Amino acid sequence: MSLVESPLLSIRNFYKKYGDGCLFCTTDSESENPYMDGNRCLECGTVWACRNLNFDLYQGEILGIVGESGSGKSTLVKSLFFNEEPTYGEMYLASYRDGEQNVFDCSHQTKRYLQNHELGMVDQNPYHGLRMDYSSGGNIAEKLIAADYSHVGQMVERAEELLEKVEIPVARMNEPPRKFSGGMQQRVQISKALANRPPLLLLGEITTGLDLSVQARVLDLIRTIQQELKVSMIVISHDLGVIRMLTDRTLVLNQGRIVENGLTDQIMEDPQHAYTQLLVHSLL
Amino acid sequence: MKTAQEHNQSYNYAFLDEPSKREIRRKTLKAVAIPGYQVPFASRELPIARGWGTGGLQLTLSLIGDDDCVKVIDQGSDDSVNAVSIRNLVQETTNVSVTTQTEAATIIQSRHRIPEVPLTPEQVLVLQVPKPEPLRNVESSEKRTRIQHGEKNYNAMWLELYEDIVKWDHALFDADYPVMVHGRYLMAPSPIPRWDTPKLHQSSFLTLLGAGREKKIYAVPPYTDVEPLQFDDYPFQVESFNSKACTRCGSTDVFLEENTDETNGEVHYQCSDTAYCNKVLDEKGGR
Ligand SMILES: Nc1ncnc2c1ncn2[C@@H]1O[C@H](COP(=O)(O)OP(=O)(O)OP(=O)(O)O)[C@@H](O)[C@H]1O
Ligand SMILES: [Mg+2]
Ligand SMILES: [Zn+2]
Repeated sequence: MSLVESPLLSIRNFYKKYGDGCLFCTTDSESENPYMDGNRCLECGTVWACRNLNFDLYQGEILGIVGESGSGKSTLVKSLFFNEEPTYGEMYLASYRDGEQNVFDCSHQTKRYLQNHELGMVDQNPYHGLRMDYSSGGNIAEKLIAADYSHVGQMVERAEELLEKVEIPVARMNEPPRKFSGGMQQRVQISKALANRPPLLLLGEITTGLDLSVQARVLDLIRTIQQELKVSMIVISHDLGVIRMLTDRTLVLNQGRIVENGLTDQIMEDPQHAYTQLLVHSLL
Repeated sequence: MKTAQEHNQSYNYAFLDEPSKREIRRKTLKAVAIPGYQVPFASRELPIARGWGTGGLQLTLSLIGDDDCVKVIDQGSDDSVNAVSIRNLVQETTNVSVTTQTEAATIIQSRHRIPEVPLTPEQVLVLQVPKPEPLRNVESSEKRTRIQHGEKNYNAMWLELYEDIVKWDHALFDADYPVMVHGRYLMAPSPIPRWDTPKLHQSSFLTLLGAGREKKIYAVPPYTDVEPLQFDDYPFQVESFNSKACTRCGSTDVFLEENTDETNGEVHYQCSDTAYCNKVLDEKGGR
């Protein structure tokens, strides 16, 4: 038995730029680049939304990614779900070729396969993540169809089971999410994301726009799900309160870079980086 | 005085100019090589309005030669105005023989039906197509439907089927029931009834499909798998006529049309394929 558990997900040298880049900004070093204003190149205007990200996620772990608006959080999750092409970088999934193949290099078909079988995603905006005019059960079925289910009865059964888990009355299964409240829509999204039993769940800023009490219920639900299903999660937020409530470990992003990486409790109590200190203290 | 022959020669043979016919043949070959894949082509102007069978007609005209014998049907009937005008145009510009008998034809151009008599390897079926894109109802963007075909991602269509079944307990696709062609491309078989869909599966004849307005050609070559979308617990089903018979010829194993007698309100059933109905009557000596 090996003492060191291998990670479920590894990200190496991950970069994402919006723009063409130029000689002044592509030679990015860890030291300050005088041609860059934060993540933006002063010469060509390219935004380097993610700059040299490296991290691992272990089985059953909840990893938080926190940072202010524009720090690169959404860019990162979209790339992990293959909705954005990275500029450089490597992504390894333990479940695919023993974690030895950089999945960013794989074909569209493989990426779609991984999306359908290995990943679940909850979008910040339920209007992006759901088909508002289809039934809620159908929204879940869409994920099941993608994961090769071919039996209506089995899909209906699974959808009922999932809606029950997220506390949406099964009687409302045939109603479209359009008719649901924001919190219910997020719960439908969560049940859809879980439908194919993915080992890794990506959660965008799922509590944005929800009332505090509704937020609390959604967060509770996520904790329950994590305890029951032992699914690994990446939770994105600019809200340290959410991060503190949900996560074991946290990455702090600033201008596209990881400035701090550690146990959430430690980061909250004793932030090392000046930027994190600012975040933590503004929370208090 | 102007004779019929002079009139014919005021057009190129089969109306279309030679380069156009060559282009259509090249696109047809491509369509045959990639079963179910929609090949774009430069749809020509014809003396018939687009949307009235010009896609099928261009296929017929580019395919036709002096040895051919053409049959044209519209919803099963050789006598409808559209069928007659297409048949007249073909004959006037080529002088090939025409027929209403399915067995005698080498090219059968049809809208909405496949004949009841099984076709043979010597025959080509040309279907007129109003809407070639099977995904259009679930995805309005052409760019995205292309990606979905490229990735063989038909989940949106399956979801549509799922929603119908959950709501209505059966698929709502009626005519033009979506099919997978040789396990690769999703295809709109043109608005033939479900009754006709299985005739395309592993058929011995070539089927060409043409959409004039949408400028697409596609094909089902002989001995190709054509499978309707269906879930394990909700198998595809053809229309059922509850063992009703044609009031004219007595056939039961055919696609029937329902007509209501306006005087007494009685419902009658008749073969939709009129040539088949006549043939059965003739064989019975009943005409
Ligand atoms: N499609 C795009 N084109 C150009 N620039 C983009 C694009 N998407 C994001 N960016 C830029 O990349 C940077 C990171 O954006 P991102 O959306 O990842 O931030 P975020 O951390 O999710 O912010 P927020 O908390 O506001 O959601 C920003 O400077 C943004 O302007
Ligand atoms: Mg964001
Ligand atoms: Zn009959």
